[in-house]
Amino acid sequence: MTGLQDKLTPAQVEEFGRELDEIRQRIVADLGQVDVDYIHNIIKTQRALEVAGRGLLFAGFFPPAWIAGVTALSVAKILDNMEIGHNVMHGQYDWTRDPALSSQKFEWDNVAPAENWRHSHNYMHHTYTNILDKDRDIGYGVLRMDPAQKWNPYYLGNPVYATLLALFFQWGVMLHDLEFDRIVKGERKWSDNKEVGLKMLKKAGRQVGKDYVLFPLLTGPLAPLTFLGNATANLTRNLWAFSIIFCGHFPADVESFTEEETENESRGQWYLRQILGSANITGGKLFHVMTGNLSHQIEHHLFPDIPARRYPEIAGEVRAICEKYGLPYNTGPLHKQLFSVAKKIVKLAMPWNGEPRTPATVESDKTLRAA
Amino acid sequence: MTALVPRRARRLASLAEALLTPHGMDRYLELVDPMLVRREVRGLVTGVRRQTPDTVTLTIRPSRAWRGFVAGQYVRVTVEIDGVRRTRCYSPAGSEHDGTLELTIKADPQGLVSRHLNRTVTTGSVLGLSTPDGEFTLPSPRPRRILLLSGGSGITPVLSMLRTLADERHEGDIAFLSYSNGADDALYRAELADLSRRLPGLRVVHAFTHAKTGGDLHGFFSKEHLAEAAPWYPDAETFLCGPKPLMDSVREAFEADGLGAHLHTEEFTPPALTFDTENAEGQIRFARSGREFENSGKPLLEQAEDAGLKPEHGCRMGICFSCTQIKTAGCVRNAKTGETSSEENEEIQLCISVPVGDVEINA
Ligand code: FES
Repeated sequence: MTGLQDKLTPAQVEEFGRELDEIRQRIVADLGQVDVDYIHNIIKTQRALEVAGRGLLFAGFFPPAWIAGVTALSVAKILDNMEIGHNVMHGQYDWTRDPALSSQKFEWDNVAPAENWRHSHNYMHHTYTNILDKDRDIGYGVLRMDPAQKWNPYYLGNPVYATLLALFFQWGVMLHDLEFDRIVKGERKWSDNKEVGLKMLKKAGRQVGKDYVLFPLLTGPLAPLTFLGNATANLTRNLWAFSIIFCGHFPADVESFTEEETENESRGQWYLRQILGSANITGGKLFHVMTGNLSHQIEHHLFPDIPARRYPEIAGEVRAICEKYGLPYNTGPLHKQLFSVAKKIVKLAMPWNGEPRTPATVESDKTLRAA
Repeated sequence: MTALVPRRARRLASLAEALLTPHGMDRYLELVDPMLVRREVRGLVTGVRRQTPDTVTLTIRPSRAWRGFVAGQYVRVTVEIDGVRRTRCYSPAGSEHDGTLELTIKADPQGLVSRHLNRTVTTGSVLGLSTPDGEFTLPSPRPRRILLLSGGSGITPVLSMLRTLADERHEGDIAFLSYSNGADDALYRAELADLSRRLPGLRVVHAFTHAKTGGDLHGFFSKEHLAEAAPWYPDAETFLCGPKPLMDSVREAFEADGLGAHLHTEEFTPPALTFDTENAEGQIRFARSGREFENSGKPLLEQAEDAGLKPEHGCRMGICFSCTQIKTAGCVRNAKTGETSSEENEEIQLCISVPVGDVEINA
């Protein structure tokens, strides 16, 4: 993996950034009723599925009803977290001024409090995408996901940790904010977590309360079945979200960066890093909706705050720009991307794997910065 | 028994809230019917009539979170135009003792919302409403003598006062002096005629600024008009709402007589804000649009516009909150109150916030 950005002259980087800015401006100017109607329809569908799912579990003694209920509830949770929550909290609908679609006010069906996530995800991850030691989404503080992370025996458990993270993903996202890894390293004190911790307890309490106490109790003798149904829906959502998100940044050939090489980035260089650091997943329309359009992770990372339903429409242009500048556009079907991620997780568990990429950009940065 | 029902209902509601966490009940109820929401106020338009070609008068039934208003106050009305929610302030024109809400909206040729309301609202439309606000209200006990003075669509808050007084069977003297261009523009003529039949102490005076006939008085406001309509005005409390030129000349007349304290006004035109463009310093940054410029000392809304940005706004005078944005860093001074505040991530109104040094806005 060489720093592909070396292939571009500073002037080209700027020109490339300008072309992307143009796409953005065009879309922003075009936002309107259709976008609002779209998200309202998704919300309506999500709410209807949720109500139907919960309702069907009251007949959970009848196996087809249980299965249908769990399916509806799983889909509802996936839509809530991905196409609605993730995107709304990115500020994609802030321009509508609808408080129900406000990035600052939205709360999702997930144990991770929206407010904490907005910091760790919207700010940290999206600003410092794939910069080692800064983007804490690289391995979520538990996995070795990049060859440049120094191996130690703990990482032998990489595949096990990854499996656990996939199963309990919403809890992983929540705990992510406590920055355990930095506490272990002594960079952070336990007491720093008091406030965040309280918010987590409150949010998780409510989520656990409704899924594992209230709804089961309401179904009386069916409580165990309802409990199991809700747990299954949460699990399905966890596995799905984990898969989509890991496919967005960790397939082979996705690059990571060092702090030095990304210092004083220009807008064009920032765009460049987003493209080199993200990967897409190909699929049909319904598939894209179910991923919250994060199957267009590249477009999402370039323009995190424009409504995700617009990503498919600009993907062709983004890809053409990449081709024009000789940049990779990492994409592939779900199974291929997933396999690539799994391979990386296993490979990096081993001490002999993982020569860090030499940051080729450091050298050429001199010229880049001269621009 | 009667006490038990609400308590049980409340318990059920909080159970429902817990079950429907994190979105809450309203986000489900509104999908069934937008008027079912419990926390927000919404209004169902039950009647639409046109008194003049460029106004629309709406009768509105508010949803259950509505707690009524006091005559003279205003409400924020929200509509969605091409996917974007827009909010403007309007004063109800009906009596505060009436459960419905009546708004008369004049289509301002430049006004996005007023034109939209005039064009599109029909019976059955649902509007977003706020709880009412505003200090422009009748004192209680009611003054014995009251002069109500209005110009154009500024009639709504003072008419609301008059209708309220009529419902209370007010026994003192009331003069209602209403300015309009001519007979075609005079709002609420029939209602006013009806009220003067019902209320013995009421005198309604129509003044036409542009027509020479048809009204009781003609031409722009003058002291003579005042003496004609309410010879006892120095003993009265006066309530005034209308366009700026009218407000200015009435104010001047009252100040000249030393009656300023008895004049109560509702501003719907911007007051002169104080700011200092000489000693301004610092950088202003609009983070999302990536625009950065030198602080000129003017309110942020104007500075942003000077820099080619087009932030959303409504009244430009700090009442409608259309221009509210999140200030992520820096200190601003409120040009109306003079207060400064430097909290991080606080909502500020761009139109009345003047930067003090570096400021960053999340827009
Ligand atoms: S524009 Fe109305 S409050 Fe600022």
